[in-house]
Amino acid sequence: MPIDWFTVVAQIINFLILVWLLKRFLYKPILKAIDDREKRIAAELAQAEAKSAEALRERDNFRKKNEDFDQQRVALFKQVTDAANVERQRLLDEARKEADTLRAKRRSALQNERQQLSDQIKRWTQKEVFEIARKLLVDLADTNLEERIGAVFVERLRALSGTEKEQLMVALKSQTDSLCVRSAFELPQSVQNEVETAIKEVFATEGCSHFEIAPEIVSGIELSVNGQKVAWSIADYLGTLEKNVSETLDSTPAANANSQTVAPSEPASTTQPYLQRDEQLELTPPAAKGVR
Amino acid sequence: MRISPDQLVFWRYGFFELNLTIVTTWALMLVMSAGAFLITRHLKAERTVTRWQSFLEIIVTMIQQQIGEVGLKHPGRYLSFIGTLFLFIAVSNLCTILPGYEPPSGSLSTTSALAITVFFAVSFFGIKEQGLGNYLKTYLEPTFIMLPFNIISEFSRTFALAIRLFGNIMSGTMIVGILLMIAPLIFPVLMDLLGLLTGIVQAYIFSILATVYIAAATRIQED
Repeated sequence: MPIDWFTVVAQIINFLILVWLLKRFLYKPILKAIDDREKRIAAELAQAEAKSAEALRERDNFRKKNEDFDQQRVALFKQVTDAANVERQRLLDEARKEADTLRAKRRSALQNERQQLSDQIKRWTQKEVFEIARKLLVDLADTNLEERIGAVFVERLRALSGTEKEQLMVALKSQTDSLCVRSAFELPQSVQNEVETAIKEVFATEGCSHFEIAPEIVSGIELSVNGQKVAWSIADYLGTLEKNVSETLDSTPAANANSQTVAPSEPASTTQPYLQRDEQLELTPPAAKGVR
Repeated sequence: MRISPDQLVFWRYGFFELNLTIVTTWALMLVMSAGAFLITRHLKAERTVTRWQSFLEIIVTMIQQQIGEVGLKHPGRYLSFIGTLFLFIAVSNLCTILPGYEPPSGSLSTTSALAITVFFAVSFFGIKEQGLGNYLKTYLEPTFIMLPFNIISEFSRTFALAIRLFGNIMSGTMIVGILLMIAPLIFPVLMDLLGLLTGIVQAYIFSILATVYIAAATRIQED
């Protein structure tokens, strides 16, 4: 079994060359490729992991943002609702207050107007009534009436007594001029004589009297002495009546106002008189015109 | 009948001669290097690779894995030597399928050359790993009395490596040759197939034994 030592040496060299060649062309490139691929895969895995972590973080962020947004939205909504409620309440209160003020103003204005109108109507009615009465009496006045008035005046003179009479007598004594008897119309001579006689008897005076016509005295006679006066006329009655009526009318609005302030919030108490007043407004003037 | 391809000499000049073994070895070297170069020329680090690249990757990683399993901590350092041993023997044996081919591993000169490289590689790696003193101390283990036996063992196993491979491969070739004379049909084919298996097994055994020797030489210090 021969061993060729040259071949042995040659094969050793060949083998070592082959080792180098394979190391150069096989192992190194292959191992490098494997390492590269592993690195690449590891890098990709790491990248994927990083991306996954990033995605998770993003998801958490997003979720947190969503929750924050929801909370914020709820809080804002609540805030807005509260603010709206407060504003609504405020506006309602304001409106109510304004309405109350307006209603009060309106009521007050209505009352004033009503009062003024009522007063106006009353005064107008009063005036009309007295105008009618005066006109009536003037129209009715004639000789008989004048005589009758003269007789009544005389009776009245004779009926004087007490302090009234004394005062008149004191006035007569201090009177230097003649006595003045005024009447709305010219007294007939007979009546003048009766009056003069009665004056002389009652006041025991010799003084002469003169007679004047004063149309403002409605169907009446008046004796005035130094400020003191004895008179009878329908105008006096009318004046007294007018005075009484005026006093009554003046006292009535106060009473009405009191009664209305007791229950101001009842609409019927404000509207009803108003309507009544309107009706009076429409009805009264034509009636008054008709009388005139 | 030629027992060894060494006997076919193409050219001789004094001590130098160019026999079949050397020529076949050169051819194998050329084929292996060129193949490796062609395949690894366009290596890709992509996730999808060519089939040839996968094939080479599988072979290389498998060799590396085997080295690691034997017990060497850094398989990369020994890959070039042990891997080349395995690949050269395996390719050399597998090519017996080609008609007229005579494997270089069937030459005692080649197996001896490989065994001698293993012998020196064991020493080289042993000294490299643990230093000259520590390596020489291993010959005194467990006691100095064992020194001659250790030395004998060192040479005998190298010799055994060479003879084992030569015997197996040569016998395979011889059996096929004898069978061709006795029964020219069918049987030689079966024996050829068996020869392929034997060839691979021998390549595996040779490289694994080399790994074990290297591992034994480098392990002591580690223990």
